[in-house]
Amino acid sequence: MTRKQKRLSVIAGLGLVIALAAVIIFTALSSKITFFYSPSELKESPVAIGQHFRVGGLVKENSWVKDGKTNNFIITDNESDVAVIYVEILPDLFREGQGVIAEGALNAKGVFIASNVLAKHDENYLPKEVVETLKDRGEWQHGAEENTDAVTEITETTEGTNY
Amino acid sequence: MYIEIGHFALILAFAISISQAVLGLIYWRSGGRIAAFVKSAAIWQFVLVSISFAVLIIAFVKSDFSLLLAANNSFSLQPLIYKISSVWGNHEGSILLWVLILVMFGAAVAVFGRDIPNDLRTLVLSVQGILGASFIGFSLFTSNPFTRLNPAPFEGADLNPILQDIGLAIHPPLLYVGYVGFSVCFSFAIAALISGRVDAAWARWVRPWTVASWVFLTLGISMGSYWAYYELGWGGWWFWDPVENASLMPWLAGTALMHSAIVMEKRSALKIWTIFLAIITFSLSLLGAFLVRSGILTSVHAFASDPSRGLVLLALLALFIGGAFTLFAFRASSLRAGGLFAPISREGALVLNNLFLASATAAVLIGTLYPLVLDALTGARISVGAPFFDLTFSILMVPLLLVLPFGAFLNWKRSDFLSVTQRLAGVAALSLVVTIVVFILMGVKISLAPLGLFLGFWVSFGAIADLVYRAKFGRITFVKAFKRLFALPKSAWSMALAHFGMGILVLGVVLVSTGESENITSLKLGETAELAGYSVEFTKSEVLQGPNYLINHFEFDVKDKNGNIRHAVSEKRVYTASSMPTTEAAILTYGGVSQLYIAVGDADEVGNQVVRIWYKPYILLIWYGTIFMALAGFLSLSDRRKRIGVALTTKAKQAARNKQEA
Repeated sequence: MTRKQKRLSVIAGLGLVIALAAVIIFTALSSKITFFYSPSELKESPVAIGQHFRVGGLVKENSWVKDGKTNNFIITDNESDVAVIYVEILPDLFREGQGVIAEGALNAKGVFIASNVLAKHDENYLPKEVVETLKDRGEWQHGAEENTDAVTEITETTEGTNY
Repeated sequence: MYIEIGHFALILAFAISISQAVLGLIYWRSGGRIAAFVKSAAIWQFVLVSISFAVLIIAFVKSDFSLLLAANNSFSLQPLIYKISSVWGNHEGSILLWVLILVMFGAAVAVFGRDIPNDLRTLVLSVQGILGASFIGFSLFTSNPFTRLNPAPFEGADLNPILQDIGLAIHPPLLYVGYVGFSVCFSFAIAALISGRVDAAWARWVRPWTVASWVFLTLGISMGSYWAYYELGWGGWWFWDPVENASLMPWLAGTALMHSAIVMEKRSALKIWTIFLAIITFSLSLLGAFLVRSGILTSVHAFASDPSRGLVLLALLALFIGGAFTLFAFRASSLRAGGLFAPISREGALVLNNLFLASATAAVLIGTLYPLVLDALTGARISVGAPFFDLTFSILMVPLLLVLPFGAFLNWKRSDFLSVTQRLAGVAALSLVVTIVVFILMGVKISLAPLGLFLGFWVSFGAIADLVYRAKFGRITFVKAFKRLFALPKSAWSMALAHFGMGILVLGVVLVSTGESENITSLKLGETAELAGYSVEFTKSEVLQGPNYLINHFEFDVKDKNGNIRHAVSEKRVYTASSMPTTEAAILTYGGVSQLYIAVGDADEVGNQVVRIWYKPYILLIWYGTIFMALAGFLSLSDRRKRIGVALTTKAKQAARNKQEA
């Protein structure tokens, strides 16, 4: 091989590795990300059954029913509701009327089967996405806003994906 | 009054840093007197910033609440160590800590860089001056820590409870030394681009700073991971949280830089790439600071964020990264490219190392920024979490780890692949056998675990084999080989030690993520939960009063497979000032490496206590691995051949060269 051929083959090899890395990254990006929807967005543009996503809002008052290990509750943005089933122990600061994010998929009956539920440690906490949704819907009062800036931490129950 | 002295010292440091930057950049060619001025300016900057930082510490220790910062973030009843660490547990204080470390590195270059030619050192220090002026200015004008409060309150507002931990005293300073240390590499790269002169000696001067920063970044990330593990009460040690990624990216790029600088030093090749990496590494450090400080990300680290200052930080970020790359675009072509080399050689393997590390950095960067970009462009809200990073990162790490032992065995310039393969065949066979044995012992499950295990053993045995081979065990008498082993150069030892640590880290990660198990249950007093052969009996529950918190105190008796019983205490604390709860998990270590982790949750509606128990086999290997890597870095720094003072040329030659230039 001449010097030039050698150089070209090295560059081609490096290019191939970079191209492969790019393919891996972008394939993973299209299949491994999780979308976030509010209950209203879910009503407007329904998500396919079995597709993994996150839904967030407030836990509706008087909606939490516990049957053995099974928790039934409703997530609301004060406009639309989503019924959620979660068969695990809920995080410590799960309360009716408080902000929450559930991760999972819809079943055939339109019930959200959660594999993971996130709630914040701070009593005043609302998840950032939930705040934005409520702001969009005009449900958000100012003044309460300062509290959310001070927030730090989400507890979680099953797998570590997010603080 | 003393607070104003600190404030004034910082203003003075600001003025000095500006003159250092301006005079240095304009007159860097003019030799001795400017060089001496810039040198002493760098040292004075450090002295002055130290004074202002010391003033902050004094105010916090004295609980002087006439200082707004102390009133907002401190509490008179705190133990002394937390009073001191409160200084950097907030935005203003942590920026000043960042500045302190920045000017410390500037002063270190001035003091230890005696043998760097005057013009290069002046340029490096003036770039440090620009960085210093920008960040001191940022501190003074947007986040001034010396704001007073009148009248002073009797009591402060306390520090965020999860930050009242020894971890906070250590983690940020270590991490910052790592982040900011790369500023020296950045300044050297800019200086090389301006002066147009870059050679093997340049790499030799830059390498110690890279290694030192890398060591501290390694320790900082490792410490932060352990802190999250024991303090947050979920038993997780790495979450792919954006802020963690922000520290991982400079680490990956810095690791690549450390390796490419070796190629540049030994073979005078990869010059432009090394300069590019030096710029990228510090840019990623700055990006990390921006992501953490701007509050653009919701994360556990957001305790000290303020969105309004984010814009200023973003502007600084754009200035430095944009400026550096503009300079790079115009000047890189003027640097003479290094020679070409054979693909099968040490440098060839190091190119692969750089390729995979750079790809991994890109994967983490894209995954971290994609949600922000998508939100800005389309308004769609997504989270890119562990599934993305686990997949991309592990795919990119497999070839890196496979090639690693080859790289260590290959010679510089031209090497024989076949003979190296023969030498490594034994290592491969041994790793395979050990992997199969471990796999059978663990209980065979179809997964990717065997591949990960093999890689871990392959890398760590490969590192040991490297030393054994160099010492010529088996080819000369045992006693002679043993003597040779300890006479090997420190560089051989530090390379083997770092790679061994990497292997141990991989083993820990694979074993804990495939072998861990959990049991989340609710227990009555006296009931027992079982997990992985351990039985955990709930023996006691009481409420106690701590200094500034209420304690829900729980005790357990843990019986292992052999019937030995150990006592475990797990607490939930509710801080009275902020009504925030924290978890103090019970962590029992078995065999020095595996841990049983017990965290107590709320009581459920019938009064049973929610208890979360995790079994984490071999988890401590993760942190042992990082300690080996850091030790390897220290060993390399202690190598006389690589000391900054002992450069390629002797002192006499250097003096002659300086005279010529002057």
